[in-house]
Amino acid sequence: MLIFEHSREGRRATAQAPREKPHVDIPAKFLREKPAGLPQVSEMQAVRHYTRLSQKNFSIDTHFYPLGSCTMKYNPRACNSLAMLPGLVTRHPLSPVSHGQGFLACMFELQEMLKEVTGMQGVSLTPMAGAQGEFAGVAMIRAYHQARADLDRDEILVPDAAHGTNPATAIMCGCKVVEIPTDKHGDVDIDALKAAVGPRTAGIMLTNPSTLGVFERRIEEIAKIVHGAGGLLYYDGANLNAILGKARPGDMGFDVIHMNLHKTFSTPHGGGGPGSGAVGVGKRLLPFMPVPVVAKEGEGDAASYRWLTEKDLPQTIGRLSAFMGNAGVLLRAYVYARMLGRDGMNRVAEFATLNANYLMTKLREAGFQLGYPGRRASHEFIVTLKRQDKELGVNAMDFAKALLDEGFHAPTTYFPLLVPECLLIEPTETEAKEAIDAFVAAMVRILEQAKKDPQKVKGAPYSTPVRRLDDVRAARQLDLVWKNDASANDKVA
Amino acid sequence: MPFIPHTENEIREMLDAIGVDDVDTLFDEIPATLRARELSALPDALSENEITRLMRRRAARDGELVNFIGAGAYEHHIPAAVWEITTRGEFYSAYTPYQAEASQGTLQLIYEYQTMMAALTGMDVSNASLYDGASALAEACLMAVRANRRSASRRVLVAGSVNPVYLKVASAITAGQGIELELVAFDRASGTVDTAAFESAKGDDVTAVVIPQPNFFGQLEDVDALCDWGHANGALVIGVVNPVALALLKAPGNWGEKGADIVCGEGQPLGVPLSSGGPYFGFMCCRQPLVRQMPGRVVGRTVDLEGRTGYTLTLQAREQHIRRSKATSNICTNQGLMVTAATIHMAMLGSEGLERVAAVSHANTQRLVDALSGLGGVKRVFSGPFFHEAVLELERPVEAVLESLADAGICGGYSLRESFPELGNALMVCATETRNPADIDHYAHELKRILKGAKAA
Repeated sequence: MLIFEHSREGRRATAQAPREKPHVDIPAKFLREKPAGLPQVSEMQAVRHYTRLSQKNFSIDTHFYPLGSCTMKYNPRACNSLAMLPGLVTRHPLSPVSHGQGFLACMFELQEMLKEVTGMQGVSLTPMAGAQGEFAGVAMIRAYHQARADLDRDEILVPDAAHGTNPATAIMCGCKVVEIPTDKHGDVDIDALKAAVGPRTAGIMLTNPSTLGVFERRIEEIAKIVHGAGGLLYYDGANLNAILGKARPGDMGFDVIHMNLHKTFSTPHGGGGPGSGAVGVGKRLLPFMPVPVVAKEGEGDAASYRWLTEKDLPQTIGRLSAFMGNAGVLLRAYVYARMLGRDGMNRVAEFATLNANYLMTKLREAGFQLGYPGRRASHEFIVTLKRQDKELGVNAMDFAKALLDEGFHAPTTYFPLLVPECLLIEPTETEAKEAIDAFVAAMVRILEQAKKDPQKVKGAPYSTPVRRLDDVRAARQLDLVWKNDASANDKVA
Repeated sequence: MPFIPHTENEIREMLDAIGVDDVDTLFDEIPATLRARELSALPDALSENEITRLMRRRAARDGELVNFIGAGAYEHHIPAAVWEITTRGEFYSAYTPYQAEASQGTLQLIYEYQTMMAALTGMDVSNASLYDGASALAEACLMAVRANRRSASRRVLVAGSVNPVYLKVASAITAGQGIELELVAFDRASGTVDTAAFESAKGDDVTAVVIPQPNFFGQLEDVDALCDWGHANGALVIGVVNPVALALLKAPGNWGEKGADIVCGEGQPLGVPLSSGGPYFGFMCCRQPLVRQMPGRVVGRTVDLEGRTGYTLTLQAREQHIRRSKATSNICTNQGLMVTAATIHMAMLGSEGLERVAAVSHANTQRLVDALSGLGGVKRVFSGPFFHEAVLELERPVEAVLESLADAGICGGYSLRESFPELGNALMVCATETRNPADIDHYAHELKRILKGAKAA
């Protein structure tokens, strides 16, 4: 039932709105003629409706959620409650910096911690999600070449295994995309890379470990080739959790990196955001960082903080948000980083990798085929179900749906596109061994079921609030907005 | 170990199962030259108690001023239930609803959100959100350029009364694609843009026009005339609006003869706290024929195998994970949790509640303007109707006055010196429904004291 169907003319949540409705002296031609048609419900009806809706979701707090490339680790509750403290949550973004020193201190310290863990020289926190961080990175690469009057560099190299945001970002920045193939071991094809670089090369966008779940072993050579051709290296931080505390993009030769703080720094995914895509830069790109950035002046008790703006960074690529990005997300990331501290930060990649390799080993022993069997897993790995698809007619999507009935969120399916019938599985460091063992047991049960009764698996899920949905109908008979008349609803029902 | 559950025994068992001696061996594919040294610059770990003390101290240091600033972010009362439900783990710690059967809560909520936004704006469809109002305007400009096939240029005429930061953001985001954003001057007396100004900026070809309502100064634009001018000149019309104002003001779908084509703006006033500037959310609605040019996620209603109603992400062929370099935008993660809050907020207030919020905000701002302009040395800069913001001119530089007001516990407004130096000592103020007459009297009293003190000095 939709909230609109609970609506009754004249009902409302009285205590939550102003008591009075004063006369408005705005001329009629500016005003709406009839009410906007929002639901008319009581407070309790709204509370019950949305509480019940929440119960139709899988989430980290309720289920193991091994969604590859998304780093669905536990989101500590203190991060939320402390970011929502009065004084922080009530602060207007344009209130005087004299009344924002506590907030700015957190932001400055977060910048410093992110510099240290990535090995970069500067950090700007303003990008609001990974894709906006990518945009900032490629825009900085372009600005760098333009500032040197190196105007022909408009090609961005992107491995074929990359996230879709990489090529889409390059296009948004006005660049052309040159796709680089992957070799059979999952590494970038070095010969193809050598052939692709040249005087048009602006840079390369790389995820390391790659989306195939393996570390790009020849990264130093790649850096040499791209830098040698005059291009810069962009690090897509989607998989930073795999190396946090173990290796640093700055040491690998990357000139710019974005971090997905909603992955690596455990801020909530929120049903699709907000994210936070802070960018780190090497020396060459410092002048081009998006503004604002926080600066510290003085030390100890005399320390104060202020925003660096266009005046301080005249070559900046500019502003990407109305204020300073997703401040509340950054506060959550700050609290998380402080609770981990030095030792905790070192352990993130260790235990993410231990869990992934253990899960990979157990699934292999259970008869599942790995995408790259000769390689170590990073924080994630690929299982390919092409054999089950061919022999049993049960594919990756069927396994994904059957896992929902087993009480597990499905891994990422059909990405990366290079491996047929793939599941990209990322357990993260916060899962206990018994959760991983239970997942393996579920996969084995589904495999057994697929051998006995493949149609049963192909019909999954059975236990969720709805079964498989008609996506073709959703796209062809578009119904994006509820209409309050019977005929419109008949078309759907 | 914070947030890591492994016991020593389990670690041993797992390593044995993998067949390695220690965890370090699992990283043997990373060249030795790249293995990180200790991250010595990081501080020691804090317990939850310790970080709580630190954050409380910092939050208390920033304090809570009585706020009279708007300028794109507005303090409204948020019903207690909104964030209690929004931060339930089932909403808070889920991700993008790719597995529809396991995400019906989030998906149905987004469908309800799309319906509410379409109702407020008077448009046919809505997406599931963008990052914020400024970046939403950038996406709207890019969308209009893709959609307006009758136009050969990539020229977007932007009313000079739009939020100046939105213009900066839209420029930064669209520059790479060769989009020209041209400002149309606002009238110095009314603080609004008229069709004559658009006419003189017209040139040979216009792809889209951007019309704010209310505009950055809080003034109300003659949106009917501007919208008609845009359509008469072959342009698509982009409205930039405040969603709370729409409970009171004419829906963009009804502007002029045909209504706006694309509507976007900042969703923060709908239940999202100020929080130093984010996370907020951008909204975008459009007419049905443009839906395939829209960026971002969209949820559709459909049926399952048994014919039951269900919800799913749809029109994904526009998006980067399917279309890669040919996608309508690179956006992936949006501002889902903020949309959750906004949907519950709108459900709880309803049209009547939201209209009261808008009406009281307008009345409070009127009261504030009257109180301050009665002090002497303070006068309103623009004539004509406004929503819940107004620009005042002082006889002395605004910054020092604001600092003094802050010392008295008042966030007195936003100085326009940097963005609009031509307006002199201009101060923009806002009083939403969260202010009461005592707050306004207190502000007037303090401002009088400060201005008098300055004169005496």
